[in-house]
Amino acid sequence: MIASYFQWLNDTHGLNFSVFYDAFDRSRFLTGLWTTTYICVVSIIASMVLGLIGVWLAGGDSRLGRLVVRGYVQFFRNTPPLVQLSFFYFAVAGLLPTVSDGSGGQSPLVSGTGWAIIAFSLFAGAFNVEIFRAGIEAVPSTTVEAAESLGYTRLQLYLHVVLPLAFRICLPALNNNLINLVKTTTLAYAIGVPELLYAASQIWSEMFNVREMMNVLLVTYVALVAVLVWIMGRWEKAMRIPGYST
Amino acid sequence: MKRTFTLALACAAMLAALPALAQDSLAKIKEKGVLTVGVKNDYKPWGFLEPSGKIVGLEIDLAQAVADKIGVKLEMLPVIAANRMEFLKQGRIDMVLATMGDTPDRRKIVGMVEPNYYAGATNVLAPKSANLKKWEDLKGRKVCGVQGAYYNRRVTQLYAPELVVFPSVPDALNALQGNNCVGFLFDDTLIVSTLAGGDPKWANYEMPLVSEDPQLWAIGIRIEDMDGPFGKLVKEMSVDWHKSGKLLELETKWGIKQSPYLIETNKKLKSAS
Repeated sequence: MIASYFQWLNDTHGLNFSVFYDAFDRSRFLTGLWTTTYICVVSIIASMVLGLIGVWLAGGDSRLGRLVVRGYVQFFRNTPPLVQLSFFYFAVAGLLPTVSDGSGGQSPLVSGTGWAIIAFSLFAGAFNVEIFRAGIEAVPSTTVEAAESLGYTRLQLYLHVVLPLAFRICLPALNNNLINLVKTTTLAYAIGVPELLYAASQIWSEMFNVREMMNVLLVTYVALVAVLVWIMGRWEKAMRIPGYST
Repeated sequence: MKRTFTLALACAAMLAALPALAQDSLAKIKEKGVLTVGVKNDYKPWGFLEPSGKIVGLEIDLAQAVADKIGVKLEMLPVIAANRMEFLKQGRIDMVLATMGDTPDRRKIVGMVEPNYYAGATNVLAPKSANLKKWEDLKGRKVCGVQGAYYNRRVTQLYAPELVVFPSVPDALNALQGNNCVGFLFDDTLIVSTLAGGDPKWANYEMPLVSEDPQLWAIGIRIEDMDGPFGKLVKEMSVDWHKSGKLLELETKWGIKQSPYLIETNKKLKSAS
């Protein structure tokens, strides 16, 4: 039904939305959508974990830990993500051992998609460290002192008092960064990862339907980010404390 | 109100006049004094960068010949497979001379100049250790490629490799060198000249398969120009290049083995006149 409509649209108006009627193109586009979603989900979770670890070390007693986090944040915040990605894929990957692919050839230890996830997690993680730090520093010191005087250890203090409050404060900034991360995943196209932009450019270089595919791409990304924003919004609502913050 | 209406009419008239203006590209090129050609800068020896940063190659020589014939300066714009037809349609370039395969699908978009100036086929460049014997061996394995190449779809549908496609040739070659894929799917002409180049990087590589799907290359111009003066000029020059043996000379100049297609066309056109 849908397929025949778009077939008709192409035949009569020359609007070639091949992803809706050509099975080969559709499967490529869906693969791209799946890859993008997969990279987004894994990178979002990994970058938040990295941010939490980083902020824990940055506020810790170990001088080395603090230095490492500072260095990590500066390095990944101050270099372009595309450069980081190319560095991992073309420079680091060549130094790693390869594994046999079972038919006499050698295949790399980490695939392009793997490198994309690693690079984007580190990139977004660096920003998340700073975002969480901002949230933690906004927790009133009186509250922290009160908890300390009740005998909370540092871990308990973080888990039960500081992080719950800090999280609510930094959610808007975190939202910003995670939405940026979703858009940054298009860079994986440069190392041949079959994500959305890659799939679309494959299709338009064969079907010559650049304008149509560009529109499909834009709408798809708007939808992807909308889903993320909706989830984060629900989360923010669920965590609301009446009378606290906005 | 009346004024708006007049303005709208004027706009409509101008829009209607646009296609008519786009007809005679030759006059426009002469007027500008510049012929803009889309070329490759990563496809040795057809079009590539010299260490000095200049773009040179067999196709560049052809583009220069066309510019000289018209008597204007040549301006080169590096294109890739994925954007060259779009650039031509938008009028950013007047002509595509960038290893473009001549396919029926593309003919709907771009005017393909006959006689075709070259012919290539599809093959892979792979390390000898990859153990590729026949096309079917590619199934399920990672194969590097370049965006917008016409054979990507065909090879994917026939032999089901996992194609990893890059924006440009050097990226794909780097990925191949870094063992990110077992082979590089490309025109056999480029693979042969890469292997023959004597670069130690490629000492352990080979072209293991039988070339498939022979494909003519064509100079691309806008469809509106095909029957116009510009199209006629380029067609005449193409015939002449074959007949006079200029293309064969250029192959020798750039260290390419004389290709059967050129020898044959040269004979055919010579005997016809």
